[in-house]
Amino acid sequence: MRIPLSWLREYTQLPADASAEDLMADLVKVGLEEEDVHRPSDELSGPIVVGQVLSLVKEEASNGKTINWCQVRVVPEGAEQTLTGKGIDPSGVQGIVCGAHNFVEGDKVVVTLPGAVLPGDFKISPRKTYGHTSAGMIASSRELGIGDDHDGIIVLSRLGLDPELGTDVLELFGLDDQAAEINVTPDRGYCFSIRGVAREYGLATGTAFTDPASKVQVTDAAEAGHPVVLADDAPIYGVAGCTRFVTREVTGIDPTRPTPRWMASRLQLAGMRSISLPVDISNYVMLELGSPLHFYDADKLSGAITVRRAAAGEKLTTLDEKERELSVEDLLITDESGAIGIAGVMGGASTEVSDATSRVLIEAAHFDAVSIARSRRRHKLPSEASKRFERGVDPRIMQIAAQRAVDLLVELAGGTETAKITDAGAVPQAAQIVLPAGFASALIGVDYTDAQIISALEGIGAEVSQDAAGFTVTAPSWRPDLAIKEDLVEEVARVIGYDQIPATLPVAPPGRGLSRSQSQRRRVLQGLADFGMTEVLCYPFVSEAQNNTFGAAQAGDQVKAITLANPISKEFRFLRTSLLPGLLDTARRNNGRGFRDLALYEGGLVFFPGVQLGSSVLPPLGAKPSDEVLAELFAGVPNQPWQIAGVFTGHEAPAAAGFAPRVWDWADALDAARTVADILGTELEIVQGSHQAFHPGRAAALKLNGEIVGYAGELHPALLKDADLPARTVAFELNATAVMDAAPAVVVAEHLSTQPLATQDVALVVDREVVAGDVLAALREGAGELLEDVALFDVYEGKGIEDGKKSLAFGLRFRATDRTLTADEASEARAAAVAVAAEKFGAVQR
Amino acid sequence: MSDQTPSTAPDAEPNIPHPTDEAAISQAVEAALAAIEAAGDLTELKEARLAHTGEKSPLSLANRQIGKLDKSEKAVAGKLVGGARGRVNKALAARTVVLEEAEAARILVEETVDVTAAPRRRRAGARHPLSVLQDRVSDIFVGMGWEIAEGPEVESEWFNFDALNFKPDHPAREMQDTFFIEPADAHLVLRTHTSPVQVRSMLEREVPVYVLCPGRTFRTDELDATHTPVFHQFEGLAVDKGLTMADLRGTLEHFARQMFGAEAQIRLRPAYFPFTEPSAELDIWHPGAKGGPRWIEWGGCGMINPNVLRAAGIDPEEYSGFAFGMGIERTLMFRNDVPDMHDMIEGDVRFSQHFGMEI
Repeated sequence: MRIPLSWLREYTQLPADASAEDLMADLVKVGLEEEDVHRPSDELSGPIVVGQVLSLVKEEASNGKTINWCQVRVVPEGAEQTLTGKGIDPSGVQGIVCGAHNFVEGDKVVVTLPGAVLPGDFKISPRKTYGHTSAGMIASSRELGIGDDHDGIIVLSRLGLDPELGTDVLELFGLDDQAAEINVTPDRGYCFSIRGVAREYGLATGTAFTDPASKVQVTDAAEAGHPVVLADDAPIYGVAGCTRFVTREVTGIDPTRPTPRWMASRLQLAGMRSISLPVDISNYVMLELGSPLHFYDADKLSGAITVRRAAAGEKLTTLDEKERELSVEDLLITDESGAIGIAGVMGGASTEVSDATSRVLIEAAHFDAVSIARSRRRHKLPSEASKRFERGVDPRIMQIAAQRAVDLLVELAGGTETAKITDAGAVPQAAQIVLPAGFASALIGVDYTDAQIISALEGIGAEVSQDAAGFTVTAPSWRPDLAIKEDLVEEVARVIGYDQIPATLPVAPPGRGLSRSQSQRRRVLQGLADFGMTEVLCYPFVSEAQNNTFGAAQAGDQVKAITLANPISKEFRFLRTSLLPGLLDTARRNNGRGFRDLALYEGGLVFFPGVQLGSSVLPPLGAKPSDEVLAELFAGVPNQPWQIAGVFTGHEAPAAAGFAPRVWDWADALDAARTVADILGTELEIVQGSHQAFHPGRAAALKLNGEIVGYAGELHPALLKDADLPARTVAFELNATAVMDAAPAVVVAEHLSTQPLATQDVALVVDREVVAGDVLAALREGAGELLEDVALFDVYEGKGIEDGKKSLAFGLRFRATDRTLTADEASEARAAAVAVAAEKFGAVQR
Repeated sequence: MSDQTPSTAPDAEPNIPHPTDEAAISQAVEAALAAIEAAGDLTELKEARLAHTGEKSPLSLANRQIGKLDKSEKAVAGKLVGGARGRVNKALAARTVVLEEAEAARILVEETVDVTAAPRRRRAGARHPLSVLQDRVSDIFVGMGWEIAEGPEVESEWFNFDALNFKPDHPAREMQDTFFIEPADAHLVLRTHTSPVQVRSMLEREVPVYVLCPGRTFRTDELDATHTPVFHQFEGLAVDKGLTMADLRGTLEHFARQMFGAEAQIRLRPAYFPFTEPSAELDIWHPGAKGGPRWIEWGGCGMINPNVLRAAGIDPEEYSGFAFGMGIERTLMFRNDVPDMHDMIEGDVRFSQHFGMEI
């Protein structure tokens, strides 16, 4: 909401020299947040004065254009030119070249003199043009930034103005005014009016204010007004779409009269265009009193007005000349010809006020917020009117707002007031709210006195009565948001001031610190950074193809993913089932920016629809659902495990003199995954894996308790090529939630033996296809409990080894807990280990 | 000097000093000491040792003559030659220490490297600053005895809206703000705030409840310098007997000082949220703001609306509570002077690596 200061000043003690910034600083205290300042004079400065065209000579220019060479008097005849400056003629008459042709000798016009600055930093100075020195400009509305009309210059008589020559146009046009733009929260619909903001300004500053409604004298209804029937047979949530419908009639208006400058200026500062006098009047009353109005050409109405829901298939051509299909939920204004408007949203074209209108029917109505919101949304027709109805309009203001419009139509459009008044419907009974004694102080932590509470509540317009139990409060009609005692507490607290609230620190019961999974996740994230990787956070929106490639191990498996109904991009409307698409996109972006050595990781949720996606149940608000309903809600929330994934490409470190850094390879991806398991105190089983996103020969499946919990290795070369990423890029992804769950709750200590170590090496020849991990597992199995550790230290193929075979060399460490092992005992254990390897894989000792 | 005339030793050679010839022995000692002193390094010292203590050296040869002497001369000669050899050995040992130290010092000098040319053998890793900030915020509240609570990102519409007292036609439920999950009758959304965790926390726990809920949230904003459809928030919730708005202010003030230093100031402004009543906007005084010191909007807060307590089965006549929520991106933007949202979400490694593990 934009508040022109001159307007607010009419009803408040706002100081004459207050700026928009000063006003906003006051309003912020009561909860009207500052947004912006609108001040024409920031872009526009004088001298800009009223002048009169003394003579006008048409000259044909060499470019074929006809221009006017004008002599314009800018001070009254006989008076002295007091302005000085280059190009300002002391005679008071300026020679000006003008290209517009919509004026004649004798017209009073707006003259921007040398030294003036127009919007767009357009500086006026004398300039040579078309063979003359043009010392100024005769201005159009557009050049002054007050309208779009560029067809011609402003002729003041056509605005109904006849000011003295030399009059300052900034003042004349209200361009010295300014507006403060404030943000109005959805509960404060009444602040979408000068009336509401004036009250708030009074509360914020403790100064007096006048209710603009109190200045309007409503005429008594002497005659029956236009017949109106309220016939809503399908209220939404049981609330009637229209509870009050007031009409007034004004005859004999001249709709073509110009809108006075003061009104046009205020409308414009308030962010609305000046359109025609009747439209401007209806907007002006809406801005002042907060009640949207609609004007009908009364001669175009056929019979009684009925307010009802639309029939199936009904259509309406709205003011914007668009034919709209109506929903049975739309609340309509109709006459005997059919629909003539969507209530509170937009009027129909057939009854629109035009330049030919003489008799006007004014509608001031109260519509249900939900009904209006739905129609506005359905027809995508946000308007100043719907904005107010959706937030609640004062149901008591209708007669007053209609009267204000009548008065303005009489005063400005030459109309005649009639006493034909309709007031259909009723004002709902105001709710009474009990505010128990002491409740406000107990909730806020400030000891408010009864006097303070009563004064604050009366300040907002409530009626307050007090008894021993507390206060009984009737909320003002313009505050439909006030319904419970906590609402009243907020009013008390904000009127007295949130700055009065002290700071006390409550003591929570003794805590438990981070939960197990929280500290696990934190250690994993920190651990990978310590590993040398860089954490990134990617959007979870992916394409179907990305999910199908990364979310399923085998090509062709359709991945069940969750889809967004309203994605930002249609292609990326799926929620991720893998973190790798985001990491690969991020790697490519970094590559593009010249960073080719990358080790990126992300920890985050992935999303699986599960058996039951969502729930059709939507319990009401303000009550705890039954255990069954809660169980149903919980069951419908999809499975969202926390995963961890990483991508490596390029080198481990930057190259430097005398140092050739390692190239990240498949083993690093495995190492990172194993580091995650190490951090969590578990161990992954590494087996040869097969996943469509990975190189068929360079992928490991990561297992835990026999279940695959992730993959690591080199990404598939074809995939890397398609993704425009370097060859040999490697990656891992782990269902970290599964690994975290498998981590031991308590780590039992190892009992250390101080007996001496016995080491034995063994080289085993096996078929090339046999993987080292399997042989190592066999050795471990066969060696028995004396084995402390076994490690692969060499792999050899070539001379001395049969074709198709390879030699694997293992170091075995034996230690007993109670004695020194003899060489024979160690050898026996080794032989037992080799025997199992021989049995399982045909391993032969070299 | 002895006044005895030395006897002539058998097989005496002219360059062998007689073991009782005090002057000759002394001369041999002087020659040895001079040679030792003259040795400039361990190699020269070795030569001097050979020449003056080796088998062919005058003192060794003289020593060997002693056995052939008369018994009366042996003692004198033994003392004389033994003393002489002792002096020479002592000098040798001393010179050895000196020269070894010099040698060691020379090697250290020779081994000098250019430390400024050292390579970084491992690239330092980095956490994302949003992630670190989230941990930092959590730690402050854990230190106050609060628990950290979490919830799903795909959330039931009831938890995201209804339980928080958003009426069915509230503007925040409109399509332009909320990502809805298909199909519409599944009533699932990408949570638009971390507030649904409030209700989950109250349902899961016994009162009193003091929890902080950090996490990722979603709104259908297009990415620009100050908006992103995916962002992070943290939400605080306290439910207990007799909690007041002063407690809310005290908690926020304490937190602000932990985050921004002892001088930090906060301001509450009246505001509106469906889930709190009274409600407030929280501003923080930013002395280092671009364009001069000013209040910066930091988040929203208020006393929990009784309808929200009821949705979690808590009696609002017995308990009260407060809640607050702030954006992590926004906090990082003004705390650490991040000018553009793109930097936080694009994953450019320079952004995280500049922060490293710190914020």
